[in-house]
Amino acid sequence: MQQIINFIIRNKTFLLFLLLFCISLIFTFQSHSYHRSKFINSANFLTGGIYESANNIGGYFGLKKENQILLEENNRLKSVLFNAQTGKLKEAFIVDSSNYNANYKYTPAQVYKNSYSLTNNYLTINKGKKDSIKEEFGVITSKGIVGIIDKVSPNYGRVRSILNSNIGVNAQLKKTNHFGILTWNGNSPYMVQLIDLPKQATFVVGDTIITGGLSTIFPKGIPIGTVASFKTDETENYFEIDVALFNDMTNIGHVYIIENLDAAEISNLNNLDE
Amino acid sequence: MNNAITTNIVRFIALVLVQVLVLNHINFLGYINPYLYILFIILFPIKNNRMLFIFLAFLLGLTVDLFTDSGGVHAAASVTIAYIRPVVLKFSFGAIYEHQTIKFSNTDIGQRLTYFLIVTLVHHLLLFSLEIFNFSKIILILKKTLFSCIFTLILCILITVLFSRKTK
Repeated sequence: MQQIINFIIRNKTFLLFLLLFCISLIFTFQSHSYHRSKFINSANFLTGGIYESANNIGGYFGLKKENQILLEENNRLKSVLFNAQTGKLKEAFIVDSSNYNANYKYTPAQVYKNSYSLTNNYLTINKGKKDSIKEEFGVITSKGIVGIIDKVSPNYGRVRSILNSNIGVNAQLKKTNHFGILTWNGNSPYMVQLIDLPKQATFVVGDTIITGGLSTIFPKGIPIGTVASFKTDETENYFEIDVALFNDMTNIGHVYIIENLDAAEISNLNNLDE
Repeated sequence: MNNAITTNIVRFIALVLVQVLVLNHINFLGYINPYLYILFIILFPIKNNRMLFIFLAFLLGLTVDLFTDSGGVHAAASVTIAYIRPVVLKFSFGAIYEHQTIKFSNTDIGQRLTYFLIVTLVHHLLLFSLEIFNFSKIILILKKTLFSCIFTLILCILITVLFSRKTK
């Protein structure tokens, strides 16, 4: 017993080092796996608050660009609206406003922190539990997909960016219904990869990739990007496509959070089989 | 002594803030970021309580991790360089270190450079290995380590020169 205590006292520095190193390794491994509770995230009052005050100052520098993006979006929406009102399709576009688009609820949010040079990138946004934002909600911009909410605190939320090696979003070709899984290989913030797309799919470089309707997170048809290049994978049965993103992930200001109001019902239905 | 504590607390907070609010967003050529916060570990007083020093290094790394959502990679790398620092000091400064009388501003520039280089290199190598965590991407790890190391080193030297108190 005496010897054990002596050993601990003699090597206390090394043991402390070992302990702290192991703790950090545990945190690291947790961050590399998909569904785990994580203590170390930027959606807490301290980091969220600091990022918020930094954003209050730095936000002014991006105003011109933000205005431009909002203007483009407004323009697109206005043209849809006016064409619907004045065009021949008038009858076809009459919708009951009480249930139109009722499956999905949109909430605007602002990005406080964004990273794109790491292997697992996250964004911090200014909406959290108090705004009834929960985990597994989708996040998009007017141009396309951004990521999935992965952690919420009362006032802030953390978004797992599509530039994250743990992301797996159901995506498909716009012109056919062949679908695959969207992943990221960590190389370029402008390119993501669509894997497991069946070999039967026909497409050319430049075709649009959109979200598929198979996940309960995103509605079908959110734009993602265009086919930049493609090859078959090792098994020769599936395509691997490099997708050039519509979104500039290095410059994200305002985003929309999508809540699928039917998500619980759909996942209940899917779980019946199991 | 009291003065040293205050200096180090201020240095801790200032370096973390500069790191997470400015330096993490540089992304020079897409992926090169300097990690200046290790300057806290590099410049920590030589005569110290080693346990406290290692714990502070852990805290420093964890704070940076908290801001960057990177799990525990910064904490792991910081704790390691804090632990191996005496060995590096002995290697770079030799005899002066034995008498525990180093003042960084008085040392030879070559010796100081060696010391900075080894600490930065170990830190970055560990950092990127843990962050990328994929041995098939060893080239990417080495590339990131090399370029970020150069960037960090230049910045560290500049900052130490800029903030050194001239007693002439």
